[in-house]
Amino acid sequence: MSHEHRDDTGARFGMWVFLYTEIILFSGLFLLYSVALSKFPHEFGVASHKLNIYFGAINTLVLLASSLTMAMAITAIQRGKIKQTIVLTSSTIGLAIVFLINKFFEWSAEIGHGIYPGSEHLAELGPGVTQFFNLYYFTAGLHGFHVIIGATLIGVVTVLVKKGKITPERYVLLENSALYWHLVDLVWIFVFPLYYLIL
Amino acid sequence: MHETEHQHPPVRYRTLVFTWVALGILTGLTIAASRINMGAANVWVALGIAATKSCLVIGIFMNLRRESRLFKFGLMAALVVLAIFIGMTFIDVLYR
Amino acid sequence: MSESTSRLGGFFTESPRSGILGWVTSTDHKRIGLLYLGCIVTMFIVGACLGLTLRLQLFQPGHSIMSAQTYNATFTVHGVIMIFLFIIPSIPAAFGNLVLPIMLGARDVSFPKVNLLSWYCYVFGAILAVIAIFSGGGPPDTGWTFYVPFSTQTTTNVNLAVTAAFFLGFSSILTGINFVTTIHRLRCKGMGWGKLPMFAWTLYATAWVQVLATPMLGITLVLIFMERTFGAGLFDVAKGGDPILYQHMFWIYSHPAVYIMILPAMGVVSEIIPVFSRKPLFGYWAMAFSSLAIAFAGSLVWAHHMYTSGMSDMAIMIFSFLTFIVAIPSAIKIFNWVSTLHKGSIQLAPPMLYALSFIFLFAIGGLGGLALGAAAADIHLHDTAFVVGHFHYVMFGGTGFAFFGALHYWLPKFFARMYNHKIATIAWALIFVGFNITYMAMQAVGIQGMPRRYYDYLPEFGPLNMVSTIGSWILALGLIIMFVNLWRGIRNGTPVGKNPWAAATLEWTVDTPPPMENFGEEDPVVTRGPYDFKGVVADEP
Repeated sequence: MSHEHRDDTGARFGMWVFLYTEIILFSGLFLLYSVALSKFPHEFGVASHKLNIYFGAINTLVLLASSLTMAMAITAIQRGKIKQTIVLTSSTIGLAIVFLINKFFEWSAEIGHGIYPGSEHLAELGPGVTQFFNLYYFTAGLHGFHVIIGATLIGVVTVLVKKGKITPERYVLLENSALYWHLVDLVWIFVFPLYYLIL
Repeated sequence: MHETEHQHPPVRYRTLVFTWVALGILTGLTIAASRINMGAANVWVALGIAATKSCLVIGIFMNLRRESRLFKFGLMAALVVLAIFIGMTFIDVLYR
Repeated sequence: MSESTSRLGGFFTESPRSGILGWVTSTDHKRIGLLYLGCIVTMFIVGACLGLTLRLQLFQPGHSIMSAQTYNATFTVHGVIMIFLFIIPSIPAAFGNLVLPIMLGARDVSFPKVNLLSWYCYVFGAILAVIAIFSGGGPPDTGWTFYVPFSTQTTTNVNLAVTAAFFLGFSSILTGINFVTTIHRLRCKGMGWGKLPMFAWTLYATAWVQVLATPMLGITLVLIFMERTFGAGLFDVAKGGDPILYQHMFWIYSHPAVYIMILPAMGVVSEIIPVFSRKPLFGYWAMAFSSLAIAFAGSLVWAHHMYTSGMSDMAIMIFSFLTFIVAIPSAIKIFNWVSTLHKGSIQLAPPMLYALSFIFLFAIGGLGGLALGAAAADIHLHDTAFVVGHFHYVMFGGTGFAFFGALHYWLPKFFARMYNHKIATIAWALIFVGFNITYMAMQAVGIQGMPRRYYDYLPEFGPLNMVSTIGSWILALGLIIMFVNLWRGIRNGTPVGKNPWAAATLEWTVDTPPPMENFGEEDPVVTRGPYDFKGVVADEP
């Protein structure tokens, strides 16, 4: 290419537009949630109490912390501190893994209690509770899927920082992966109260 | 094009950590609020706190406050569309 | 391909890689546009053949060429191919990629690699859709809408079909992100919003709809997949779900998708009409803002597809009312095109014929849409052949004709050769006549009460169905002549220069075919409007 074009603001804007699509993607599940909640307010409270609030709260704090380290990584690279950047992005990945491990134990416990989509135990609890758990599994599952994608992306970015492909002069890829990661956090900010804290 | 506008000045670590602490406090607050029975208001309080937390994440972690108006307009458009999708579905659900 | 391309210059030869690899790994927007165009035309031909067999089955009552199950599968696959693989990507992905960056004075789109990725998503989705036809429990038989509960219970290969549609949706989203960013960030010097060609305006409005509506289809299709695989029950009443919510979520995307299909077509028509009337587009800003208004109002009306679904009467009333609002910006556009024609020196070149018939057919389809939007009339017309006729008028008569117009308008630019105008006019006449016979008869028989998606019918619907099928043969003949003429034109037609139509937008100022980065060393600077024809003359071949 004879003519190198660079537009970091445009790249960030493109990422934001992609995040708008992610918001709408999750909104489909929140739409189903809101309709079901208006239909089964009592059953949702009952079902919500079956979720482990400690797992939810700890995971919230873990994700918030991972967002913090990711935001700090940008500051670090802007200040030219490559080693610090790598430590910060790596800790984001670490926190993402902690989140997923928590999720694994949480889901194992629930599945151990016979609560999973299509289970007989769930059918006995009635349609309201069933709907709650189906929505919970798919929302948390889709969110978990995004955690995996985001962590992978940050992993790639960390390697690129190490290799000197992402530099203090040019780091829009790091910014964009951070934007994606914050979206994952944002979704959880809504999932947590709506699923774990319904009375 | 706009060669000088590529990058924003760094956000200070202190600002970021304070934001995180505020987010933690709000998380505690939403748990505490959920233990008080306020009827239907519970959901709205929870959503209000979640919206506040989102504003902090979007404004400071995602640095939207430093971006141009276009970014903010886009987010508004997405949220308005989101509100239309959910709100207008309720025209059906509530009156069925 | 290589034989014909060797004679062409521009982006056909200037590539870092040669041969087929130079195409499938190219991030050049023109090459990606042509890749899209090739796939889309292929898919159109496949879909059209399926449509013709459907009409053939309906030639007379009773079992003639296919069983009921085959018929169900055929109309489903016809719908899936025509909607997801042809109309939605047709104008934005093919012609948008080809001309949008040049129109803006840019060297490429904002994210060329993402652009290539979107083409791969499209191809992957297309391959999955084809595999879905020939594998598993047989081709899907749900109709392209995949309504629950049938779609969660049928044993046919719905899983693969919805996965295919998911990837096609993702491809559409990526194109949308690219176009929004490109239009905001890459306009050349002097290209203010008021100098943007109308095609770019409509692509801009379309891109926002693609970005903000398509994800809803994504999640809906994922849920269908989950229902079938894990028994999720989100749309199952026994498990606390609600099947009507499926229809809401499906149409939340699929109604705005109608505007993804029609808005770029309106943009094409807005480019062609001024050029062949030698007059600036009437009401530039009204046209620009009506595009945005259509895009916005289009997100408010989805439930008018659901009057008979069992949703609340309140919702029927409100959505019916809102539906009529969409007619206002659409009417603004029709009036402005007609005003552009008024006292113009009209040249009936082939692109213009398609543009003019677009106005006529879209007006008929649009007025039929008002009949369907009125709840009272819709109760009678719902799920009849009238609906089928109506949406073919707006989708095929609208977007399809605009697509053909775009082919006749822009292909000479990219292949540097002109097709035979006389044959093109004959083909247009056959298509126009065949189209109206086919779909007007369909609308009429629908008003009489013939239901859609039925493979057999009562004898009193016989004559009109026969007329409709005969019309489809005329239509098919016209399409064959048109495609053959275009194919021969781009291979052996008379060479053309930079600006065969004397158009004023930027793509006609660069070489034919355009060079690899569209513009030479210097970035272009725009000083005149897109429809300022003063002093613009067609170059002699």
